[in-house]
Amino acid sequence: MIAELGHAALWLATALAVLQMVAGGLGLRAGNEAIVALARPAAVVQAFLATLSFLLLLYAFAITDLSIKLVATNSHSMKPFIYKLTGTWGNHEGSMLLWVAVLAISGGLLAGLERRLPEKTMSATLSVQGFVALGFYSFLLLSSNPFERLPVPAGEGSGLNPLLQDIGLAIHPPTLYIGYVGLSVAFSLCMGALITRQVTPDFAKVMRPWVLGAWVFLTFGITAGSYWAYYELGWGGWWFWDPVENASLMPWLAATALLHSVSVLAARDALRTWTIMLGVLAFSMSMLGTFLVRSGVITSVHAFAVDPERGSFILALLGLYIGGALVIFAMRAGYISEGKRFSATSREGALVFNNVMLSAILAIVLLGTLYPVFTEAFDVRVSVGPPYFNPAGAIFAIPMFMVMAVGPLLRWKDDKPARIQFETAMLAAIVIAVIALVAFFGSYDILPLLGLAFAAALGVASLLPLRGRKLSRVPTATWGMVMAHFGVAVALFGMASESAFTSERLAAVSPGGQEQVADWTIELQSVDPIAGPNWTAVEARIIATRGDGEGVLLTPQARNFWAPSQATSESALLTTWDGQLYAVIGDQAGVDANGNQRWQLRVWWKPFVTFIWYGGLLIAFGGVLSIVGRLQVDLKRRSVTRRGNERREDAAALAGETAPEPAE
Amino acid sequence: MRVIIAFLALIAAPLASPTLAQSSMPPAPYAYTQLDDPVLEAEATALMETLRCLKCQSQSIADSDAPMAGDMRHQVRSRLLAGESPDQVRDWLTQRYGDYVSYEPTVSATTWPLFAIPVLLLLIVGAVLLRRLGRRSSDSEMGA
Repeated sequence: MIAELGHAALWLATALAVLQMVAGGLGLRAGNEAIVALARPAAVVQAFLATLSFLLLLYAFAITDLSIKLVATNSHSMKPFIYKLTGTWGNHEGSMLLWVAVLAISGGLLAGLERRLPEKTMSATLSVQGFVALGFYSFLLLSSNPFERLPVPAGEGSGLNPLLQDIGLAIHPPTLYIGYVGLSVAFSLCMGALITRQVTPDFAKVMRPWVLGAWVFLTFGITAGSYWAYYELGWGGWWFWDPVENASLMPWLAATALLHSVSVLAARDALRTWTIMLGVLAFSMSMLGTFLVRSGVITSVHAFAVDPERGSFILALLGLYIGGALVIFAMRAGYISEGKRFSATSREGALVFNNVMLSAILAIVLLGTLYPVFTEAFDVRVSVGPPYFNPAGAIFAIPMFMVMAVGPLLRWKDDKPARIQFETAMLAAIVIAVIALVAFFGSYDILPLLGLAFAAALGVASLLPLRGRKLSRVPTATWGMVMAHFGVAVALFGMASESAFTSERLAAVSPGGQEQVADWTIELQSVDPIAGPNWTAVEARIIATRGDGEGVLLTPQARNFWAPSQATSESALLTTWDGQLYAVIGDQAGVDANGNQRWQLRVWWKPFVTFIWYGGLLIAFGGVLSIVGRLQVDLKRRSVTRRGNERREDAAALAGETAPEPAE
Repeated sequence: MRVIIAFLALIAAPLASPTLAQSSMPPAPYAYTQLDDPVLEAEATALMETLRCLKCQSQSIADSDAPMAGDMRHQVRSRLLAGESPDQVRDWLTQRYGDYVSYEPTVSATTWPLFAIPVLLLLIVGAVLLRRLGRRSSDSEMGA
């Protein structure tokens, strides 16, 4: 019954998406009020139905209902309970159902909570949101039904990829999906505003929390995914420009640009077309990311689905939505003017410069990700990796960091560069000093060197907007900006430091043997077999001692799972304030002179590597502060307006006259 | 001699089934052992991080436990030890396995767009910035 209920809920949600689309669309003409009023409830009920459908699948995974094909092919009765739950979205159908459920929830929230937009714009927005949802419901129901039954229930499930049997799977995909799908609301709002010619600061204020929220989740999801890959894959890499990683980075780059653009629109009524274009771009990148990961067009650890039918379905949706958006944009481009003007040396000017840089980096990532796919269609196989992305991205990232350092110090509309010449000179001096200092003590590659220098300068620059202000009176949203920009500096420092200063030690060691990595002494005490719920392993006991300090026990494992049969290495991490010691136990490596078994040991000392993820968390936290700040201002303004209205009404009642229209 | 044995192992690795390769064949000497000379080892690491593990999915040979990645690491280290330059080793590997093995694309008949498009992008970025920001001072008071 569970599966059938879930399936039915999904069909009902689809029907409601059609209703939402049609009712919202009718809202563009006058005289259909009765039907138009259905759009909001349709979106809200749809959210409940899609959530119900997802919860039912979750339940089927929780009880390992082996009569459902998806559960039988992706789960196992012996799996730990938490991985039974997270395994719900550790496969194609389940993850698409999560995607669609999040989409429906965002649509429901938009319909249920948003009252500030003109009704027409809201109807058009809901209609577009319904149209988008309809496409993905159809995709799920027609080509990836998660509730399909087996003719005969399976005796046992085939299990989940052991690499995914980790707490990372509980965090990374859901947060990333919330981010991806939150951008769908930004897309629908952009379309709604465009169709009804309402690209105004008020519209930007409505859209901003959605963009900020999606961006916070994307930032957090990417950070979590990077750390997950870092500790789970067992080689200490945290970013490899893997197509699937790029698929999550591209929407983030677009959303970052959109976030800044929408703030300019809200504050200054400038950059109208930019904001709309970036809104379309951001959701396009989300869909492209989904296409790349879900279609199996790029096969990698994450791409569990290899099925061309699904790929072409998503590609068709992608073409439909992007093409449709561009057509509407072309039809309306003449109606929305660019908005208020500003000079090159103004805060808007700096934001435009960096939006262009972000878009250029996005174009590089897109090119490097899609080009190998493109040539493969002609049977030419090309690899594009870090040696391409790093320098090509840096061409645009370096000017971006420079402008990012001084941009927040500039005034809106027009400013004289001479006003901030002291700050500019100081930041330039920091960059030069750090480069000189680091280059003096060792020879490093140019990019890590620049990374360290810009991290230092950006770290200082991000705090400069607070200078000369009373800290208790700085608005929360400004704290958010400071925090996020400081987070970029912190993350950049971690990346540069990891790539410049990492020390590595690979060795075959027998119990009792010692190795040296940086200023750490590593002693292998013993290697013992142990067993877990669905795996067996060898576990090494390693004592790591720094200088003359206390020894710390590390226990990396080499695990062998039996369903499915696969080996993974569980790295052991020792975190200190200034970095991480990363230890992995490998295979047996023969015997030493005394006949003792030797084991392959891999140990890295990665100075300040943790700053990469601290930085990511700071960036996300900055986004949260910014949302809180905007909400505070919004609520305060609402209560002030309400009190003002009450007072006027009271006064009017006393005077026996009708109250004048409030100014706002 | 050792190089020849490792070489045979390298050829044999793709033929053997993964489980067989994992259990019965000992890894080549330099697969999991560093070179003693830190400068050479740094060169080797830098090179290995830009070579694709052909049996893996989106991993460099420096990041993989696959037997073939181990054999390729051994190749890289022993060739550098024998005095070859990193570029020579990369060339040798691309001759053997095709351009696909190298994560560092070079300009060729099939890869030129990877280099032409960023140059074009620079021009576009320059043009967009000039258009958006360049003439603002002269017509800054034109209506909204």
